[in-house]
Amino acid sequence: MSESRLYSRRSLVTRAGQLTLSAGALALLAGNETLAAKKSAGDSSGDVAVLNVALGLEHEAIAAYQIGAESGLLQKPVLDVAVLFQSQHKAHRDALVATVEKLGGKAVMSMSADDYKKSIKLNVAGIRSQGDILMLAQRLELGAVNAYLGVIPAFGDRELAKIAGRLAADETMHYTALTQALGLPLPSAALSYGA
Amino acid sequence: MAPSKAIAGVWVLALLGGTAEAGGDMERGKSLYAARCGACHSIEENGAGPRHAHLIGRRAGTQPGFDYSPALRGSGIVWTAAALDRWLSNPNKLVPGNKMVVQLANDPLDRADLIAYLTAMPR
Repeated sequence: MSESRLYSRRSLVTRAGQLTLSAGALALLAGNETLAAKKSAGDSSGDVAVLNVALGLEHEAIAAYQIGAESGLLQKPVLDVAVLFQSQHKAHRDALVATVEKLGGKAVMSMSADDYKKSIKLNVAGIRSQGDILMLAQRLELGAVNAYLGVIPAFGDRELAKIAGRLAADETMHYTALTQALGLPLPSAALSYGA
Repeated sequence: MAPSKAIAGVWVLALLGGTAEAGGDMERGKSLYAARCGACHSIEENGAGPRHAHLIGRRAGTQPGFDYSPALRGSGIVWTAAALDRWLSNPNKLVPGNKMVVQLANDPLDRADLIAYLTAMPR
């Protein structure tokens, strides 16, 4: 490992206390020092903007699962799965924050819990049951799958495209599990995600 | 639409350069909108992308409360079905440098259905 690569890794680990980088986030970013080095010389504002949109979606998903977990409506083992999925969204968030910062950008912050609760998109006031929470989570996960797949062509950097693909895979797993928990049919057509 | 007719329609559209056909399926468009656009957009409120109420006939980059790119604000586009078709097929080709880099409506039939839904929203 080169000195610059070691230094870069050390910086990442040093910041771990501030960012609470999970093992998953570290794994996601492993090897992306080359990405940071490449981007440092050029304009990465477009990539940062795209990553920040993705980060906003992760903040929203974390908030939605938190609302679900605190609602008292989720029964075990559904509650455990919701907490697991939320932890994976937190790992995504940490990875995206770290990547944005490595590219020299400023990561967008989460909205307040109250703002998420007031959001028309989440429609928290309309939640009455475990099924309502699962439907909300399923809708958000599908949106995230398509958003991540949809930005892949926009990344000039193949490392960023790979990250988007890996994030989409996690969201697809969430969407599939939630769809089955709701007793809804799986997509019948091939290539049903993205376009 | 019968499958054979739909397939024929796709081929005709491909030969014509892939422009969305008029009279899309609004219900399918609603479902597509939720799945493909819903992460960033809604009809009622701004999110990562602007809200889509009162979209048709609106000048691009003018939805109140949304921070648009200078590229889109200065594009001079007015949202018609034809403009939306070109936008959805590749936003950055139509307006280079705008913030919407997602490509999620490559199929002309999908675009027609999305446009049918958006056209039915409040003006």
